[in-house]
Order: sequence, then structure tokens, then C-alpha cells
Amino acid sequence: MFIYDKKLQYPVRVSNKDVRMAKAVLNQYGGADGEASASMNYLTQRFNMPLNETKAVLTDIGTEELGHMEMVATLFKKLLEGATRDELIAAGMGGYYANHETCPFLLDSDGVPWEAKYTQAKGDPIADLYNDMAAEQKARATYENLILLTDDPLVKDTLRWLREREIVHFQRFGEGLRLVEEYTANKRYF
Amino acid sequence: MMNYDSHNGMSRQQQAMLMDIQKLQFATLDLALYLDTHPNDPVALYRHHEYATHLKQYREAYEAEYGPLSNMTAEMGDTWRYINSPWPWEM
Repeated sequence: MFIYDKKLQYPVRVSNKDVRMAKAVLNQYGGADGEASASMNYLTQRFNMPLNETKAVLTDIGTEELGHMEMVATLFKKLLEGATRDELIAAGMGGYYANHETCPFLLDSDGVPWEAKYTQAKGDPIADLYNDMAAEQKARATYENLILLTDDPLVKDTLRWLREREIVHFQRFGEGLRLVEEYTANKRYF
Repeated sequence: MMNYDSHNGMSRQQQAMLMDIQKLQFATLDLALYLDTHPNDPVALYRHHEYATHLKQYREAYEAEYGPLSNMTAEMGDTWRYINSPWPWEM
């Protein structure tokens, strides 16, 4: 089961409100390559993993991604703190505000709602682990784009930390893939 | 009810200890939900304290014997038993 720890995994701070940046970071909450997609991917795929190592790595990374959702939602919230009506409208957030006020919602930056099609659970461990390694690289690329979109050193610090986690996860999935490939090489014949 | 006779190499004692933890954790959680909307209820506070204290003791005894239930528990053995104890969907 899952138990909540009442703190962020890593501190999230901003120097100033920035509505435009809030809209951009929403991609990592409810976008195709965002943290919600990653968490749902891994926590679903683990049920079909043949090895304890890959069951564990999918469970633990899938759980960490829930913490990253919380960090991205916190960043979104803080970037909108104190924003005026005119600032929201100027940044194209008027429609968002009408629907959700400043509550984080599972949308990408263009307002496309999150869907299960963003996740994959083929049931085949090799196919799923390759998918997960690609997912981590896509999230890394998004964080790099976000880092380029802001001048705020505090926002950059949080985004750099999240980017680094994608690289660590990619490494662990790669190791898991190698273990599964060794295992299936000895087990399966066609 | 689940069949607790034979599952995934877990002894009867291990199954019984895990069931005790599940019961205590559920009681603690259910009281926590109540306390979220009644934060000053003295009876609920007392019961939550009692269950949470027992839960901690039972978890420590189980984990010392069978390995970590959580990846945040210190492993006292020389191997990471967390991965090899039965997974919830295999019990």
C-alpha cells in the first residue's frame, strides 16, 4: 500500500510570480511525458515483470514520480501566487482560470487533458522497459526546454534537480532491461 | 477471505504477523481520517496513539525477521531483502 510523507522530495522555491512559466511547467504535470504519465506507466507495468529487481525498480520509481507530481504542482501553484487578472489573461491563462482558478489540473500547456493513452503496459517486460527508458529521456528533454524558458535561478534549481532524476531513472531501467534480457535469453524459445 | 494456508513460501508465522500489521495499519489509518475532521477528539487521539504505537512495534519485529516492508527501512542483513520478499500480487 501507499503512505504519504508530508514534505516535498526536494524544495520548490520561486523568486517571483511568472504566469507564463506556470503554464509551461504544467506540461510536466498532465502532459504526455509528464510525471503523471510516468507514475501510472510504472505502477501498472510492474504487475507483469518477471524479476524481483524490475518489480522493485518500477514500484519505487513509480512511487517517486508521485512525489514529482507533487513538486510540479507546487511549482505551478507558487508561480501563480499573487498573479493579477490582467497577468493571467496576458499569458493566455484566462480560460484556465475560468475552469480551475489556480488549482493544478491534469492538462498539458495547450490545455489538452491527460489520458491513459499516454501510458503503455504491453505486458512484455522488454517492450515495457524500452518504453520506460524512452519516457525518461523525453521527460529529461522537456525539463531542459523548461530550464531554457526561465531566468529564475530558484526555478532552474528545482527543474535541474528533476532533470537529474530522469537520468538516474533511465540508468536503473537500463540495468533492469539487461537483467530481463539475460533472464529471457535462458528461458524462452521460439 | 483469502486462503492463508500456503502462499509463496511464507510460513504461517510470517502470514500471521503480516496480517496483524495490516489490521493495525488499517485501524491507525481509519482513525487518522476521523482525526482529519475532528482534530481535538480525545478518544480518537488516544486510540490513534495506541494503534500507531503497536503498529511501530509489530513492524519492527516483522522487518527484523523477514526484511523491510518499505525501502525506507534500514536493512540490517547483508543483502537487500526488500526485493525478494513476496510482492503483494503474488501472495
